[in-house]
Amino acid sequence: MSTDPHPTPAPQSGPLGIVMLCHTALHRAAQVAQFWLAANCPVVIHVDRAVGAAQMDAFKQALGPHPLLRFSTRFRCEWGTWPIVAATQAASEQMLNEFAQVEHVLLTSGSCIPLRPADELAEWLEQRRDVDFIESVSIGHAPWIKGGLSEERFTLYFPFSWKQRKWAFDLLVNIQRRFGIRRDVPRPLQPHMGSQWWCLSRKTLQGILNHPKRARYDRYFKGTWIPDESYFQTMVRMVSDRIESRSLTLVKFDRNGRPNLFYDDHLQLLRRSDCFVARKLWPDAQGLYDFFLSGQIMRETPIDPQPAKIDRYFELAAKQRSDGRAGLYMQSRFPLDDSINAKTAAPYSVFCGFQQLFRNFDFWLGNAANCRVHGHLFAPEKAEFYGGAKVYHGAISNSAALRDYNQRMFLANLIWATRGERQCFSYNSRDKMTPDLNWFMATDRNAQISVISGCFILPLFRGDYKVDDVLGHIGWLQRREQEFIAILQSKWTSADIRVWTLAEFLQDPQRFLSETVRAAFPDAQLAENDLPQIGSLDGFEDYLTHLRNLGLPPVLLQDYKR
Amino acid sequence: MLDPVPLSQDRWFDFRMRWKRRRLRTRAIAKARELKVLKRRTWARNDILLFCTIRNERERIDWFLSHYRKLGVGHFLFIDNDSTDGTRQVLLDQADASVWHSGASYKQSRFGMDWINALMLRYGSGQWCVVADADELLIYPHWETRPLPALADWLDMQEQPVLPAMMLDLYPEGPLGARHCPAGTDPVQVLNWFDAGNYVIQHKPLLDCLLIQGGPRARTFFKDTPNRAPTLTKLPFIKWSWHNAWVNSTHSILPRSLNRVYDRKGGEAIAGALLHTKFLHSIVEKAPIEKARAQHFGNASVFDNYYDAVSQAPVIWCDASTRFEGWQQLEQLGLISRGGWA
Repeated sequence: MSTDPHPTPAPQSGPLGIVMLCHTALHRAAQVAQFWLAANCPVVIHVDRAVGAAQMDAFKQALGPHPLLRFSTRFRCEWGTWPIVAATQAASEQMLNEFAQVEHVLLTSGSCIPLRPADELAEWLEQRRDVDFIESVSIGHAPWIKGGLSEERFTLYFPFSWKQRKWAFDLLVNIQRRFGIRRDVPRPLQPHMGSQWWCLSRKTLQGILNHPKRARYDRYFKGTWIPDESYFQTMVRMVSDRIESRSLTLVKFDRNGRPNLFYDDHLQLLRRSDCFVARKLWPDAQGLYDFFLSGQIMRETPIDPQPAKIDRYFELAAKQRSDGRAGLYMQSRFPLDDSINAKTAAPYSVFCGFQQLFRNFDFWLGNAANCRVHGHLFAPEKAEFYGGAKVYHGAISNSAALRDYNQRMFLANLIWATRGERQCFSYNSRDKMTPDLNWFMATDRNAQISVISGCFILPLFRGDYKVDDVLGHIGWLQRREQEFIAILQSKWTSADIRVWTLAEFLQDPQRFLSETVRAAFPDAQLAENDLPQIGSLDGFEDYLTHLRNLGLPPVLLQDYKR
Repeated sequence: MLDPVPLSQDRWFDFRMRWKRRRLRTRAIAKARELKVLKRRTWARNDILLFCTIRNERERIDWFLSHYRKLGVGHFLFIDNDSTDGTRQVLLDQADASVWHSGASYKQSRFGMDWINALMLRYGSGQWCVVADADELLIYPHWETRPLPALADWLDMQEQPVLPAMMLDLYPEGPLGARHCPAGTDPVQVLNWFDAGNYVIQHKPLLDCLLIQGGPRARTFFKDTPNRAPTLTKLPFIKWSWHNAWVNSTHSILPRSLNRVYDRKGGEAIAGALLHTKFLHSIVEKAPIEKARAQHFGNASVFDNYYDAVSQAPVIWCDASTRFEGWQQLEQLGLISRGGWA
């Protein structure tokens, strides 16, 4: 117990003392302090020395005199520097000295809010009299830090402020790394880190503050980086034997290591927390302050704590910020071309030549795989959506001009708008095939591209055309298909690609077709006799010979023999 | 999808745009002479300001004011471009609005941007500012529970000076002009449909901005000339600095770095949406007037077909339209994103 003979009789107080570190939004800090005082908890407030005298006076006036209220020595606390620890030490010492009944001290900030009634916390702590609640993680074992230095916080020198002289800070860190400059951690300290906000028992706190070698350790920690997250966390390991390594304060850090603010819409989430205090609130979150400070929580039916739900909520948001949703192109997400993520949102299948070779291929595939199969999405006239729709999901128009204005976005939009349903469409060299689109699909790992080369001739062969009239057209189509296949066979592709010549495919069409469809739809209904019929190929060989003799060698069909 | 330009070219673009920015600022200062102050009121130092050029928006102005007041705008700065329908009197009656007047050509002032640049240069420096037209209602993730000051605080913490919010054209279910929206009521009650996923985005290396086009106007009026479809990119919420200048409406800004509101590495940055209530009933009557004024597009005659089509009261709605339900829906559709603002 404290040996300090206080001149006035110590006021009667509860067993829980609150140390508050405040620097902004003092009117909110005052409200929270009053909440604690009303519950008979002594409060020692540290106000940053940067706060002006006028504000300070207003703050003191708002709080008024109270037997359980004290203001501690003021320090100028810059982020991540020693004075924060010094302020905490001074306030804690004052707390222990002036309030003899205090058994636990809770460190909070001015922007924290109690999530449960103070009595409940006091009672809860009463049952755990000698337990210290402080997150204390050994640096060697756990990845506690989000960004920034880890072990080097303890072994390098940091004479420059990270906030104000970032370049000098970084430079010096690099120099020390380069030349292997290290400072020793005084034995027997075992560096630990954790949340700045703790709740320690009187015995432990006295052990830390009255430690015989405290001056030596303080000197050491003055030189480390962000000592407020390591001083008490390390020291507690030497004096306490009952540490529960968790914080009673709920803090959610974002990916830059800054605490997420809580707003009115987090109310239901906060009620599910198993913590007693939450940090940090947006000062104008009136709804939260009203709810938690008014004791309304007592009148509501209690909710089972589900802290995992809170974690999940913030993890999802962080993931959305850092990874985004695959295949989404929007005003605030426009990834680089060589992004490792998928280029589209979901797998899709591209069939080249199947529609020409088989009768009613799209109809058959739709039945077999139970999906909606488009026609030639990139047909020169219009986008042939399933069912001849003029406007498809997401209000995507079938206008060829709109589509060709930006083909990649057209495809990406379609796949995005129909997430959950695999898209299948036909594509061949008659379509608006551009290198841009070809490359986009070939390097998209969501694409399944199956090509039966040379099939572009079949409609011309079956149709009523004079060979001489369509000779140039055939040459043009063949060139385009060759270009497409060259892209598919290049080494940069990541799509699932199958390319057959017509002759190869005809060797075992059933096997190849069912393989292809099964790769896309594992549970497709493919009975042997149910495969689509191949259109008539009588006289096709003669037709090819004729083409060759006219001076157009059908390169893609040169191995065709019947 | 983004194809970055080589560094040397990027530097060259920086250089060119630096001079363009100076030119635009000088121009704004010169054009400030066209503005006559009608009512100048005071505002607090950290108020959020809203800048708006306005002309004949009597039917929209009441809801516009109430929407942005609810969002926490502290003071409105209006430039009235010769309104004749009583809009000006309404503005002058507001206790939290300052009003300037200009009778000069809207088009000659680069569609009001010179005036806005001039006013923002004078009053906006260092403040968070909203720049929106009378038919644009800003929403963003959590907007109902977190007003603009909360967003400004958070963006400050993220060191991000701009919030992008693409224009989302809203339209009614039947033909345009069929349903009336009384002044002072929420236009989104009448215009409650939108296009969910037909927006095309290109990267423009000169300004380092994204060009978003598409939506119902591209789908119905520009299906043969998609490159002429209106730009939907907008940057309506910005922490202004004296050296900034709007380039092309609020679609893009200089310096170039401010346009880079999109994440290039696959993450999603924060983004909102401007609900565009252009297709209220009056557009059908206004279309011929606007066509005759020819004040709205650089090459105005090209857009005659558009005005003709609109004056026929067409149906923009289609089977694939989506009914507007709120920001959560827009986020799910990938039109806006909370971008880490959990």
